Amino acid sequence: MTLLRELFDSLRNFVATVGAVALFFGRLLVQLPRALLRPRLVIEQIYNAGALSLVIIMTCGLFVGMVLGLQGYDLLQRFGSEDALGTGAALALIKELGPVVTALLFAGRAGTALASEIGLMRATDQLAALEMMAVDPVRRVVAPRFLGGLIAVPLLTMIFIAIGIFGVQLIGVQQLGVDAAAFWSQMRSSVDVDDVMEGLIKGFVFGTACSLIAVYEGYTAIPTPEGVGRATTRTVVISAVLTLLLDYMLTAVMLS
Amino acid sequence: MAPDQQTQHASPEPAAGAIIEIRDVHYSVGGRAIFSGLNLSIPRGRVTAIMGPSGTGKTTLLRLITGQIKPDRGQILFDGIDVSHLRPRELFALRRRMGMLFQNGALLTDLSVFENVAFPLREHTKLPEPLIRHIVLTKLQAVGLRGAAQLMPAELSGGMARRVALARAMATDPDVLIYDEPFTGLDPISMGMIVRLVRQMNRALGITSLVVSHDVEELGHLADMGFIIAGGKVAAQGTFSELRQTDSQIVNQFVNGLPDGPVPFHYPAPSYFEQLLA
Repeated sequence: MTLLRELFDSLRNFVATVGAVALFFGRLLVQLPRALLRPRLVIEQIYNAGALSLVIIMTCGLFVGMVLGLQGYDLLQRFGSEDALGTGAALALIKELGPVVTALLFAGRAGTALASEIGLMRATDQLAALEMMAVDPVRRVVAPRFLGGLIAVPLLTMIFIAIGIFGVQLIGVQQLGVDAAAFWSQMRSSVDVDDVMEGLIKGFVFGTACSLIAVYEGYTAIPTPEGVGRATTRTVVISAVLTLLLDYMLTAVMLS
Repeated sequence: MAPDQQTQHASPEPAAGAIIEIRDVHYSVGGRAIFSGLNLSIPRGRVTAIMGPSGTGKTTLLRLITGQIKPDRGQILFDGIDVSHLRPRELFALRRRMGMLFQNGALLTDLSVFENVAFPLREHTKLPEPLIRHIVLTKLQAVGLRGAAQLMPAELSGGMARRVALARAMATDPDVLIYDEPFTGLDPISMGMIVRLVRQMNRALGITSLVVSHDVEELGHLADMGFIIAGGKVAAQGTFSELRQTDSQIVNQFVNGLPDGPVPFHYPAPSYFEQLLA
């Protein structure tokens, strides 16, 4: 009986949290147009979330591409079709690995930074001070950061994919001796715009989800050092789970 | 410091010109009553202290006055306007007439001292840049920190951060300045500076000041009158000499800093004797 009750309670908490996030999202959406009127604040946040994540995104993209080159070659040469390496690796990167790994890295690098920054602003009364100065913190602090993440993730995704393909080429063509002409021409003939759009849409959705989780967790953090720490952890965990869940749902919809 | 004789014996003028009036306010959190029938009025153009032991809801009172939370019952009037029934837009308009100094300044950490003071002007006015510069430098000069204009908040000491916050609160020329625990964690020199500034703002500009603190000694030098809140109500009010002579036990314990009394030294516990024998 108590087990049933606990199950019911946690289910109710879950629904309440989803509702709170949705309400917060609504409040945020209302403020977005006004935040866009001050592009400097948004550009600053694109720099914080995007440009500062570039090194980690590029490094990881290169390694993911190189692994893909090794594994892809090993798999394809069993069927004697090494020439398809370009197509296979490019599709894997564009449709899956690019958006998903970028979102996970973004959550770890930029999402945590956002959550702890906003959480600390809450803990040090900066958000309350803004309200007292008749400035809506959602408009001035949260909206530009959310927009920054939203814009940065699809851009980072594309950079990740480009570096990844370079990595595949580095191993496949330069080291393992796949024919360069076959590698590139097969990739160009079989990857079409729809595939790239699929990757971009995923990047956009994951960027929205991860940025929303980060700013929500920061904004609602308990205003103590432990509270901010917990908010940062939750940001990574929830972003990762949500990214993979959304990835399955989006893939199922877009492949059907 | 010797008690300031002048403020000690100045009798407060009647509440004819009350700028903030709290009428029969009830407020509870999670079933625990914080205020039950709180009544007080803050006279216009004076320095008023609100005191009380920890946990009596002094900060909650400030949040009620500034409309961050709403009372369960009762009225909170700011210059005749009921704060608790305003729509967000009207509340924001009203808040532009209040300045609030947070305990640790609450400066925006990513902006310089200059930009922090300029912040409310940039958000609410379309003043030309030279005029903003002029106002900001004037406010910083008033708190003695014009030379620190280009520093970042992380480079300031606690007392300096609070003085910058005061300059920022002053930037839009509010009618009322609210100080939340302005003395906590300051050395005597910084404390003296804050006391002097609070008084200057009040005397020179006629700004009503509301100081929330439990530092009875400092407030005695500073405030014209005070309220002591305990048990969800006003336990005593009047000038500081009146407060010291009250026969209320809780007020007596608080004002004189006695370790035991209505606020017990011992946290509630079962019988010591029985627990040792068990």
